[in-house]
Amino acid sequence: PVKEKKLMDVKLGELPSWILMRDFTPKGIAGAFQRGYYRYYNKYINVKKGSVAGVTMVLAAYVLFSYCLSYKELKHERLRKYH
Amino acid sequence: MNENLFASFITPTIMGLPIVMLITMLPSMLFPTPSHFINNRLISLQQRFTQLILKQLMAAHNTKGRTWSLMLTSLILFIGSTNLLGLLPYSFTPTTQLSMNLGMAIPLWAATVITGFRHKTKSSFAHFLPQGTPTPLIPMLVIIETISLFIQPMALAVRLTANITAGHLLMHLIGSATLILTSISPAAASITFIILVSLTTLELAVALIQAYVFTLLISLYLHENT
Repeated sequence: PVKEKKLMDVKLGELPSWILMRDFTPKGIAGAFQRGYYRYYNKYINVKKGSVAGVTMVLAAYVLFSYCLSYKELKHERLRKYH
Repeated sequence: MNENLFASFITPTIMGLPIVMLITMLPSMLFPTPSHFINNRLISLQQRFTQLILKQLMAAHNTKGRTWSLMLTSLILFIGSTNLLGLLPYSFTPTTQLSMNLGMAIPLWAATVITGFRHKTKSSFAHFLPQGTPTPLIPMLVIIETISLFIQPMALAVRLTANITAGHLLMHLIGSATLILTSISPAAASITFIILVSLTTLELAVALIQAYVFTLLISLYLHENT
């Protein structure tokens, strides 16, 4: 059945129905965030000799996120002849 | 240029939803909690720094003042990490908003004053009059001491806001000046760039120092009042 397959096993034609069968309740979304957080945490931070790269990736993602947020004001600073 | 100079200080919203709360809670996610007795390298480093800060802050207090250790340590870590995160490009610093700094300064200061009144009433009233003043000066001096007491929270909040905001603004201005000067005369641009580099190191220091000063002053007010 499509519902229990992991993403790599789903065939391309079944992809829309797989996406629609995911759990979109608040509990499901919270679970997804938690799984993603712990996946990153256990891979890069919670290791015996964590390095600066783990933290730096988080900071770089934060910079990108803030850039997306302030894109509207930054649009006027592009080097173009006509704005 | 006037508008986008101050545009980095508006509270960020996504289609009208204020996410400034999320950004304020971000520094807390960067400090993982220790789970074992001996942890990995990152958490051990963090534990060492926290212990260093704790010892420095709480050395001068008596037992009653040391009940504040959690509050003061978390305060200095929060302000320090928020200021340092604000040095990243395009990021939003919550401590530039006067509202937040007032919200931090006034309750903490009021708590120290009320603690002083509750436990050492006579002594905290006696602080209003320094020792050995000539008698005719007493009424005026009491008024002056009262004013200086009430200005403490305002000074705490405004000092933090003004320092961080001014630093960010200066960096914006000098950075844009450097960019524009490169097409006119590269020599002036290199001088401006050196100014920018030194300013950035100053900002790094200021970020940490402001946190320290804020916390130190509150602990000073606490020390007088316990």
